[in-house]
Amino acid sequence: MEMFKYVVKRILLMLLTFFIIMTLCFILVKLLPLTNLPQDPALRDIILARRELMGYNKPILVQYGIFLRQVLLHWDWGIGETMYSGREVVDIFAEKLPPTILINLYSLLFSVPIGIALGIFAALKKNKWQDHVVSTAVMILVSVPSFVYAFLVQYVLSFQLNLFPFQINSGTNWLSPSMFFSMIPAILSLSFGVIAGLTRFTRAELTEVLTGEYMLLARAKGLTKGQATVRHALRNAMVPILPMIIGQFISILGGSLVIEQIFGIPGVGPLYIQAINVRDYNFFMMLSAFYTFIGLAATIVIDISYGFIDPRIRMGSRK
Amino acid sequence: MTNKTEIGNIPKEKFEFAQREETLHDVKLDTKPIGYFRDAFNRFKRNKGSVVSAIIILFLLLYAIITPIFSPYSATFLDGYYSTVLPKISAKANGFWDGARREKIGESRYDYYTAMAQESGYNPLRKVYGTALSEDRQSTVYDVKLDSYYKVGCQFFDLKPDAYNALIEYQNKNNIQVIYPMTDASKRPSAFTNDANYWYRTSGTKGKADKDANGNFVNIYMRDASGGGAGDIDKYDSLRIDGDDGTYQYAVPNQTGYRVRVCYYKYFEYVNGFEPCFVFGTTGNGQDLFGALARGARFSFILAISVSLINMIIGAIFGAIEGYYGGALDLIMERFVEILSGVPFIILATLFQFHLANKVGVVPSLLFAFVLTGWIGTAGTVRTQFYRFKHQEYVLAARTLGAKDARLMFRHIFPNSLGTIITSSVLVIPGVIGTESMLSYLNIVNLEGSGTTSVGTLLSAGQGLMTTDPHVLLFPAIFLALLMICFNLFGNGLRDAFNPSLRGSGE
Repeated sequence: MEMFKYVVKRILLMLLTFFIIMTLCFILVKLLPLTNLPQDPALRDIILARRELMGYNKPILVQYGIFLRQVLLHWDWGIGETMYSGREVVDIFAEKLPPTILINLYSLLFSVPIGIALGIFAALKKNKWQDHVVSTAVMILVSVPSFVYAFLVQYVLSFQLNLFPFQINSGTNWLSPSMFFSMIPAILSLSFGVIAGLTRFTRAELTEVLTGEYMLLARAKGLTKGQATVRHALRNAMVPILPMIIGQFISILGGSLVIEQIFGIPGVGPLYIQAINVRDYNFFMMLSAFYTFIGLAATIVIDISYGFIDPRIRMGSRK
Repeated sequence: MTNKTEIGNIPKEKFEFAQREETLHDVKLDTKPIGYFRDAFNRFKRNKGSVVSAIIILFLLLYAIITPIFSPYSATFLDGYYSTVLPKISAKANGFWDGARREKIGESRYDYYTAMAQESGYNPLRKVYGTALSEDRQSTVYDVKLDSYYKVGCQFFDLKPDAYNALIEYQNKNNIQVIYPMTDASKRPSAFTNDANYWYRTSGTKGKADKDANGNFVNIYMRDASGGGAGDIDKYDSLRIDGDDGTYQYAVPNQTGYRVRVCYYKYFEYVNGFEPCFVFGTTGNGQDLFGALARGARFSFILAISVSLINMIIGAIFGAIEGYYGGALDLIMERFVEILSGVPFIILATLFQFHLANKVGVVPSLLFAFVLTGWIGTAGTVRTQFYRFKHQEYVLAARTLGAKDARLMFRHIFPNSLGTIITSSVLVIPGVIGTESMLSYLNIVNLEGSGTTSVGTLLSAGQGLMTTDPHVLLFPAIFLALLMICFNLFGNGLRDAFNPSLRGSGE
């Protein structure tokens, strides 16, 4: 019951934060001058009618009321004005979501086992040369921006070695093997950062756990080092690692703007960048809402899952 | 036992008084006291990786500051003829970093370059590794090392009369042949009628050299019956190339002045006063990459350091008030922070660009965006430190002695969080540089027209040239990677250094 209250409280707070951010965003966007209408008279009429419906010449707060009603009741985020003119923003968004999710999902499936394994390895070999090698590699991978090694991947694997296509295949057959093959450079580029982050985190947690007194007890009662590590150390180390992975799963929806742009993945990221460059405010609003929500949701899921996994934190929440 | 009796038996006269005249006082400590920063510095020095990265950062910083001042190429320098030339460490470099690259070229290109070498003396073919038959076994393919500076060869220029006369004067004074005889447009290969480098007779449209019986090039120079140069207006009275019998025509008058054919390498030297030599090569539009990268780096550094300083001040004040007063005020301020930190930075940056870029410029609006959320981290650490220290006895003592809140906060508690603040301020810098490069790479922040460039802009310009001229992408990428790695190492070193609990752990 305590836990339930805590979760509800966190979710309500999150929704409040989300609402405030969206309100501010809406007001700021509405303060901007309207974009020019397209040349085509039919489209022009559609967009004008739509603007009329959304009350574009009414006070901003009234507009916000209409906007909220449309979104909440009809899930209607408006239509594209300067890009995808006349088409529903929601439809385009739904079209762009699958490649983003897929690429990030692959990348996560690839990097989580490697990251954790490397972290465990480094922690067990602490202060030996293996640990130094892993730690240095992690240091480099964490520091370097992902687009720099995306270039490296593209140059070495796609150009010099000619292993993969430069950009993702066109078409929408997301699950075909050739599509997966063409996604590999992007998946690799996305994975380096996740692997490095996870390795560092796992290593830090596990080294701390390994020095705990109950590890000494476990050895004293006769477990071998391997048994003690697997049964006691790893389990405890997983307490903070698991929420992090769950958070990662949420944020894969957000994807990576840069990587998607570099490898020409027709996902949410490039859509957002395009919306910014041609100033399509309806797309901008919807995608801003999307990214804000993903960010907030990842944080809250991490916090809550901590509570579920580790009872000590749940107790602490009462204060 | 025996000892004891012996001690008891020491005769009285053997005792003497110590310090009979002197007064007793504490002995001054022989060792110097080690202060907080001294201690931190000692710890920092032992961390080799951090010291090395600090030196590299200093080096990169100097590069960013000094290069734009001393670079021979100004910020607006653009040379369309020398676009994407390769890196060349010095004008006379040979062998390594020499502006040349191994390439495979066909027969007609081979002729083209040898003719170029024969005419001007600047040989674009640094080395010929060998020849092979082409795939269809019809022609020869040459494996050569091609100089990207010399291969530009000759170009046509339309000069105004005074510019033309100045060039002639330069030629006469320095005895350097810059102007070469004009060629007959009708005899140039039809596919390359505007190429100034075909001074020899060719056959076919592809520009295959049509040599004479001895295997020499046959020139197609324009001749002027009067033996003059630029028509009848004024006679060309300057250096002539070898083999000129005095009838070659060196300039063709047109509406604004003269059309001449110049060897571009020498012309560049004439215009700029030094030989062309781009240490990092040039970008796709002929910008000196060495200088452009330094300017981009300078911009990044200035932006990041100002963001870091402003963040430090705002964060320190906000965190201090939050942590010191606590209670309801803290709760409200925390909610505020929560909302602010929920906004993805990219949305913030975009909105600022939309609203402010036209009014205050691109760079200030980017700075505002960074400052708006950047201080949150610093405020958090300061707040934690305040919570830790505000109930300590020494604070109570100071309060009892009548110290005001502000004095307690900034004189007594705040210094405790100095170490963490410095560390987080340093770690802000790579974050800002990385984000700024990303935003300018994605063109969300468009620095064009603001008179500055950024590493991200250079990266996005270089990306399109990845397959043909990787150096345009390579140098900015290496720079960014190196900077980020060093700053993170340096920051981690600082964090350990400012952690007094690690005192003596490395000894």
